Amino acid sequence: MTEPERKTDIGPPHYGQFLHPVMKANYGKWKYHEILEPGVLMHVSETGDKLYSVRVGSGRLVSTDFVREACDLADKYSDGYFRFTSRHNMEFFLTDLSKLPALKADLAAKGWPIGGTGHSVTSIVHTQGWVHCHTPAIDASGIVKAVMDDLFEYFGKHDLPAQVRIALACCLNMCGAVHCSDIAICGVHRTPPKVMHDKLRHLCEIPTTIASCPTGAIRPHPDKSLKSVIVNEERCMYCGNCYTMCPAMPCFDAEKGGVAILVGGKVSNSKTPPAFSRLAIPWIPNNPPRWPEVVAAIRKILTKYAEGANKWERVGEWIERIGWERFFEVCDIPFTFQHIDDYKFQAYDTYRTSMHFKF
Amino acid sequence: MHKTPLLDQLESGPWPSFVTDLKRVAARKPQTADLLGVLERSYKDKITHWKHGGIVGVLGYGSGIIGRYTDLPDEFPGVEHFHTIRVNHPSGWVYSTKALRELMDIWDEHGSSVLNMHGSTGDIIFLGTRTEELEPCFAKLTSKGWDLGGSGSAFRSPSCCIGPARCEWAMYDTMEACYELTQEFQFDLHRPSYPYKYKLKLSGCPNDCVAAVARADCSVIGVWKDDIRIDQSAVQAYAGGELKPRGGATKWDKLDIQKDVVELCPTQCMSWDGKTLKINNRECNHCMHCINLMPQALRPGTERGAAFLLGSHAPILEGAQMSWVIVPFMEMEKPFDNLKELMSNIAEWWSEHGKNRERVGELILRLGMRSLLEAIGVEPAPQQVRIPRANPFFFWHQSDFDAEAKGRRYDTRQGFIR
Repeated sequence: MTEPERKTDIGPPHYGQFLHPVMKANYGKWKYHEILEPGVLMHVSETGDKLYSVRVGSGRLVSTDFVREACDLADKYSDGYFRFTSRHNMEFFLTDLSKLPALKADLAAKGWPIGGTGHSVTSIVHTQGWVHCHTPAIDASGIVKAVMDDLFEYFGKHDLPAQVRIALACCLNMCGAVHCSDIAICGVHRTPPKVMHDKLRHLCEIPTTIASCPTGAIRPHPDKSLKSVIVNEERCMYCGNCYTMCPAMPCFDAEKGGVAILVGGKVSNSKTPPAFSRLAIPWIPNNPPRWPEVVAAIRKILTKYAEGANKWERVGEWIERIGWERFFEVCDIPFTFQHIDDYKFQAYDTYRTSMHFKF
Repeated sequence: MHKTPLLDQLESGPWPSFVTDLKRVAARKPQTADLLGVLERSYKDKITHWKHGGIVGVLGYGSGIIGRYTDLPDEFPGVEHFHTIRVNHPSGWVYSTKALRELMDIWDEHGSSVLNMHGSTGDIIFLGTRTEELEPCFAKLTSKGWDLGGSGSAFRSPSCCIGPARCEWAMYDTMEACYELTQEFQFDLHRPSYPYKYKLKLSGCPNDCVAAVARADCSVIGVWKDDIRIDQSAVQAYAGGELKPRGGATKWDKLDIQKDVVELCPTQCMSWDGKTLKINNRECNHCMHCINLMPQALRPGTERGAAFLLGSHAPILEGAQMSWVIVPFMEMEKPFDNLKELMSNIAEWWSEHGKNRERVGELILRLGMRSLLEAIGVEPAPQQVRIPRANPFFFWHQSDFDAEAKGRRYDTRQGFIR
């Protein structure tokens, strides 16, 4: 008996079958767009066709029930098509704006917020955290929920000087690549790995474990019979890369792990080039279930930015204009040794060489 | 159902609650109830309760599945195995409800019913199933036209912005390029054979909605070469407040063309006399600020393509990098053979010289940009650097003396004179 042929390497389905008919008919012919109100976009084609997209916030951690509910709405309002954005929002498509009030009512009944367009705080791009990951210093979905609850007023309004992109990574690996965000929330460990000598020899390859350390802090254990490694703890900056290669080197600590906040990054090229986020707060306690210290720190930075920035200025452009010394002052953030870069070659072009500073 | 007093505190507040959502599933699925139990324990202990994955997968593939086990299997047997399945998403994350419902049926039958829409690389992430469910789940996925995404030291599932499907600024067909490149690299996507991960993201314009410059080794960003198209009557309408700034994205009623547009142009290539907006297009650096502010008045030119940038990655190991301009302009026409060839050539150089777990951007730092450019046959161009070197420590190769003898140089108007 022969098995049916096993399908492999077919790749994802072609997107063409998932395009709303108006998107398909006007593919490549779009002329301009307007945002009619926060969360409602209108795209106008050279053919005169219009497509209204209604943007809806979503946690990226969802259930099949949630997706089915979204499908029900898409069937009712959006001709059976919808999409997700690069920031985990959903977009439903209307061809007739008269359907908008009914869609809004259905969304309100579910508690699904409309917004995330223009000069808002849109959904937070984030990682897995404690729901699935083996290296996190912090949770992801819980902090995101707590921060978005607090900043909710900014999701459905265009009140800020420019768009504000927040992202969260639950450890330095930054699966969420938060390193170019207006406000980045990053989980940090602060303890060197504890080497489990009895397990290491069974679980880990010593050369790859040694090679995994960016600062060269790991060496073979002097007692060769142990077949293990030792860590020069003074050199360790707790990246957890060795733990990724070798499970016998955990670096978790319930009290010392915590949250760092980095600010001022962007990816768009508008006015100024893409920029990295820079360290604002090196450590905030890891305080589930609602992380009040993290929430308060982000609100403070956001509101000071909203008060102080000029029109069109992103967070990083505002800080660049007023100077970092002024940023730390207006946000009441103490400046520490941790803020001064001493990591390899990137460090030296961050030191000031001019007399352009303020008191 | 386990008691979850800490997680319950995340059910209040205006933002949609993942706890409320997951509890619905937990009521009917023991493994998802155990997932909430483990999560509650992490909230109490303030550390994770997931262990490293072992090697699990589907037959013939080395990627797409990430092994995951809890360190508390006795208390939470439902999540003893809790493997991830990455399902390669369609270009632009567009769906029909029919297709999504089929996917949800498969995940209800073979897993925890918990998922990410979407993961950071772009895939649909099915969170949590047992080893014995992997093959049946994979068979059902492929029977409905879906395949697994990349993981480990493989080509990762490419992702792109919505592009020409719903955006006036798409300088090339991001959706089709994403699909074509995903298909081209299927073997490398499913069989990790590179030094480390190799990511591709495609953005249609310099606004870079998929963060290609920061989040992908290979960043393809659309750009135009000719003149911005101006509708002067629409400029007047913005100046008069009939059209809203940035298409209505702001709290402001009216643009001040001089202050908001002309004076904020980074190259100062615009002027406005109250009637006519002029742009010295040769000096435009394609930042998009003026176009973003006046989408009905200004449109990118029609000589379109993309820049190819290379090397970005998150901080591990050598610190975060953003991608560097390698090819300032390339045509982007289906079937995108030039992009396929360029990416293959880069991968070949990187596979030849890269160390285990060394990203391509880190290899460029170690061996030098010249090593890469010569290997892939790309000439030096001033668009590749922000600023030339300040030190006098440059090397001369025989090829430089040969070029000098032939009178080769770069001319900003004519390109290379050979």
